[in-house]
Amino acid sequence: MNYFYFPLEEWTNRFVNNWLLPVLGGFFGIISDYISAFLGGIEAFLIWTPPEIIALVFVLIAWRTVGKGMALFTIIGLLFIGSVDLWEDAMRTLAIVSVATFFSIIVGVPLGIWSGKSEMVGRILRPILDFMQTLPSFVYLIPTILLFGIGGVSAVIATFVFAAPPAVRLTHLGIKQVPEDVIEAARAFGSTSWQMLAKVQFPLALPTIMAGVNQTILLALSMAVIASMIGAPGLGSVVLTGISRVNVGMGLVGGLGIVVLAIILDRITEALGKPRES
Amino acid sequence: MSKILVKEVSKIFGDNPQEALKRLEKGESKNQILEDTGMTVGVNRASFDVNEGEIFVIMGLSGSGKSTLIRLINRLIEPTSGEILIDGQNIVKMNTNELIEIRRKKLGMVFQKFALLPHRTILDNVEYGLEIQGVPKEERAKKALETLATVGLKGYEDQRPNQLSGGMQQRVGLARALANDTDILLMDEAFSALDPLIRKDMQDELLTLQESLKKTILFITHDLDEALKLGDRIAIMKDGRIVQIGTPEEILTTPENDYVSTFVQDVDRSKVLIASQVMKKPDIVAIWKEGASRAIRRMDEKGISSIFVVDKQHKLKGLLTIDAAIEALKEGGWVEEILVQDFPVTSPDTPLHELIGIAIDTKYPIAVVEGEKLVGIIVRVSILSGLALGK
Repeated sequence: MNYFYFPLEEWTNRFVNNWLLPVLGGFFGIISDYISAFLGGIEAFLIWTPPEIIALVFVLIAWRTVGKGMALFTIIGLLFIGSVDLWEDAMRTLAIVSVATFFSIIVGVPLGIWSGKSEMVGRILRPILDFMQTLPSFVYLIPTILLFGIGGVSAVIATFVFAAPPAVRLTHLGIKQVPEDVIEAARAFGSTSWQMLAKVQFPLALPTIMAGVNQTILLALSMAVIASMIGAPGLGSVVLTGISRVNVGMGLVGGLGIVVLAIILDRITEALGKPRES
Repeated sequence: MSKILVKEVSKIFGDNPQEALKRLEKGESKNQILEDTGMTVGVNRASFDVNEGEIFVIMGLSGSGKSTLIRLINRLIEPTSGEILIDGQNIVKMNTNELIEIRRKKLGMVFQKFALLPHRTILDNVEYGLEIQGVPKEERAKKALETLATVGLKGYEDQRPNQLSGGMQQRVGLARALANDTDILLMDEAFSALDPLIRKDMQDELLTLQESLKKTILFITHDLDEALKLGDRIAIMKDGRIVQIGTPEEILTTPENDYVSTFVQDVDRSKVLIASQVMKKPDIVAIWKEGASRAIRRMDEKGISSIFVVDKQHKLKGLLTIDAAIEALKEGGWVEEILVQDFPVTSPDTPLHELIGIAIDTKYPIAVVEGEKLVGIIVRVSILSGLALGK
């Protein structure tokens, strides 16, 4: 089938080496510094805070939003993480997941709203999101390392690429699902487009948006092991070490830690998204 | 000056509305344009005016363009051509801010499917219009509570829309429109989604409210009975065109073309309805055995001056007037001779038009009797309302 040769590989490399790195390298360096400071601050805070207090906060949130059963699971789950000596690793993972989720939301939700309101934006975004979700993550790990270096920042960026799409998609869906007749009524009473968004569309889309946030968090956690390959600390790197040393027990312990975190975060955000019964 | 003046307004849905407009002017039909160009004519050069304080009904079957037409008035749908003057101001020419302002201050709207905000309480729904105008919370809550009381929903403030029945939800919809104090109410099939009894109640209530509110109401319906009942004037629409405008009497007596007359044909209900459809259940009766004082008390409770008397088996014995009953109580003469017997009697399947003459002549209600048993009572009002409402 090779009627002609398509030098995509050479072009890409030339673009990266001759233009991207020399011209934009400094710019990415600055971004990297900011994210690094942000991530570092959160990580330091989570590790500095006594585990008992963090556990207490989680248990209280689980109890208030989900119920007693979930509060009990949270206690047991966090005791487990502590007792296998992975508390600090869990907090590092939590920091990366939180920062990646934060970026996913502040970028994803507005993009989702925009694409929900404009057909054209929706049409442009869709293939980009498909690309972000299906492109094997190792492919973008390489340029990410080139631009942001090894460590937590690259992990945050890679996790963002993988985890942001559901935030965009479900926000888009939520906005689209707001019944046409309600929008029409709000218009008929003289709502500005901002009032329409803030008082009608966003509140009605919120449960769906929260489902997107929930998915974002779970996808971010599922990236923990891959992220550890580019030097991200945390539970993922425990699993990775387990794999490389053929230490089955170590891999299992780290993996279970990720599962525990995932279940706690999933149930809490799921409950937050449900409209409260009065 | 007319409150709403609509001049030659058209709405074309499609890629090249100007071409469709030209074809309309040449006299091509909606179907032909659809076939040739794929464009849909929503409204075809409609003109009418609505006077202040009037209920103007636009009636048409589904697809006639009536819902499009009402949305052109507040520009929920942009007109393709024509002018719409609200208090003399052309809404078609307004920019976004002016449009928002006139929607807030002058044009209230009630929707067929209620279109309440499901995430807000009833009170917050009614407040919505004032809230977006920046009216302070206390003031708008006060106004919303008053309006809710007007539509009979006091005490429901904190419920959510989905906790209310359809009829109540539409009351909220009405209250939401009234809370803004607009002169004009646009009502798009406002009662069509309600079941017949509730619908009739809402119609009656709208008429009662209108006596004090004196709004200018543009009411859309597909139901001729509703149009006749509510409308001061009625416009009949077909295929996007207004085919006749007139008072209910004019529409009934001088239909302008075949289309209107086929509608109106069905209205002569006196030939269709029978006694059992308009009679009241005989629950206001006196039982002979229970005596005079009991019968008087029944009449007093119901505010009536005569009552049918039956025996335990519900067999009709006669009609007791209040005078005869009081006399019997004083004199102790509780005998069957005091009962009036010359009231009209009919069977349940008598056509209504045969009863009209009887109802005019008699001073007593008509007893509907089946096998000697009293099964219903017809008073003059039931015949008239039967004729007007079909029930």
